[in-house]
Amino acid sequence: MTAISRDEVAHLAHLARLDVTEAELDRFAQQLDVILQSVQRIGEVAADDIPPTSHAVPLTNVYRADEPVPGLSREAALAGAPDVAEDRFRVPRILGEEE
Amino acid sequence: MTTVTSPSYADAVAKYEAVIGLETHVELGTRTKMFCGCTTEFGADPNTQVCPVCLGLPGALPVANEAAIEATIRIGLALNCRIAEWCRFARKNYFYPDMPKNFQTSQYDEPLCEDGWLDVDVDGETVRIEIERVHLEEDTGKSMHVGGATGRIQGATESLVDYNRAGIPLVEIVTKPVNGTGALAPEVARAYVTELREVIRSLGVSDVRMEQGSLRCDVNTSLNLPGQEWGTRTETKNVNSLRSVERAVRSEIIRQSGLLDAGERIVQETRHFHEDTGQTTPGRSKETATDYRYFPEPDLTPMSPDPEWVSRLREALPELPRDRRRRLQEAWGLSSLDMAAVLNAGAVDLIEATVAAGAKPEGARKWWMGELSRRANEAEMELGALGISPAQVAELQGLVDAGTLNDKLARQVIDGVLAGEGDPKAVADARGLAIVSDTGALTAAVDAAIAANPDVADKVRSGVHAAAGVLIGAVMKETRGQADAKTVRELILSRLS
Repeated sequence: MTAISRDEVAHLAHLARLDVTEAELDRFAQQLDVILQSVQRIGEVAADDIPPTSHAVPLTNVYRADEPVPGLSREAALAGAPDVAEDRFRVPRILGEEE
Repeated sequence: MTTVTSPSYADAVAKYEAVIGLETHVELGTRTKMFCGCTTEFGADPNTQVCPVCLGLPGALPVANEAAIEATIRIGLALNCRIAEWCRFARKNYFYPDMPKNFQTSQYDEPLCEDGWLDVDVDGETVRIEIERVHLEEDTGKSMHVGGATGRIQGATESLVDYNRAGIPLVEIVTKPVNGTGALAPEVARAYVTELREVIRSLGVSDVRMEQGSLRCDVNTSLNLPGQEWGTRTETKNVNSLRSVERAVRSEIIRQSGLLDAGERIVQETRHFHEDTGQTTPGRSKETATDYRYFPEPDLTPMSPDPEWVSRLREALPELPRDRRRRLQEAWGLSSLDMAAVLNAGAVDLIEATVAAGAKPEGARKWWMGELSRRANEAEMELGALGISPAQVAELQGLVDAGTLNDKLARQVIDGVLAGEGDPKAVADARGLAIVSDTGALTAAVDAAIAANPDVADKVRSGVHAAAGVLIGAVMKETRGQADAKTVRELILSRLS
């Protein structure tokens, strides 16, 4: 019994916009399966009184005050843009691609 | 294919039951963004309020804005919600250029506030709207779609994105499904958003301006036959005014009932409301369930609001709008209809402040709802922007109460105040506006009027007191309106008795 199927890996790759070849799919599916099965074994050890851990450090309520901090200049902000027009990031239209 | 015709609204709601649900997004009015110190002013030049955090640059570390968390808890408390003892932010993963991080930081199954309610008044009845959740997330950037003819996304070839808005704290308030409201469903939807807006405004946490997008509303609508399961719902977006909320529900009810009557099925989809036609058209298809792959946000710590803090926030909540309206209506002795008129005119705060400045409620209401509303309408202005303050209206009414001004003179004083000539007393003095109280001068004017109208005077002498009106008019004309009509009348009758 595998923990993740090849189809699921293909689906995730698509969601993450990763271009994965057929050969890579075979390889990644196997590798991810090993990782997931290892994690599952840890799950078997965890008792009901151990909550799932999302944060490695036991901190809560780390907040900042509502005080402005200078950000980037527009030139700096747009420096990493693939393309710029009218002081904005220019990107291809995205109709129909949202998932 | 069967023909789909649109039934009348009355027929639609006679046959089907509507279930509605509302998702409202409120941009908080914090000085800085949700996870970084970028400023949030509306209308800044594109991409001038951005930093590595809200642009999603590698290595940037977000830290949550405490003021936004406090504001969200206060909204939750005002909506009678339970505040979570412990909850987390979550990543909502999607690829869309309005979020440069490729995910939106939001909350998933652990909202900050849950299970509340808001009472709204519709048609004299109280309807309790149950609140499912109130959670905190961040707003997205703004896209301009270019290359097409319409500026809409359809037909566009590219998008230009401004990230100033990306990362501004956004509170999402979701109702439970609201059913059983019959033909009133559209009005209930509107009343809910109206009341919610009032509540949030009273908390001072957002300017809640629908036209600027700081309050946005999505409306879910479904229909079912009585006794049957709820139908498939559609989600209507682009509902940008209170009136549109009502129209959007109404138009979806009519559209869906036409489809159901023709034996068609309702497609679960997002629809766009069009202000000009009052109709909805299909947007993105939601045939396939979205897969956002939510997971707890590792870069932000969980929130566990201190119960004492929450108690203090609860105790410090302001009087809520509905309670305040009821209190003022009673204090001012108004009928529900009169109170509704005051609310519609946006005059509640102004009248309250005028009363606080010493005017009697009736006098305060009379000026704001009468003369001043008329002038505001003519000038196409908000009442509060007219240029006369509640304190000035109170002073004006004080002059009327003291017998110094009559209503006609008071209106001339308003002219002066609006022209920037100063406070009412100063305007009255400068313009020489005051009721003539010098009995000698009045008596002379009365005698002149009697002498000029001997026939009328005879009539009054013979007991036809109604005829005195002609003489009163003559005296008022002579004194340029600055006499007190009642005093004049008494003087005339005593001279002719």
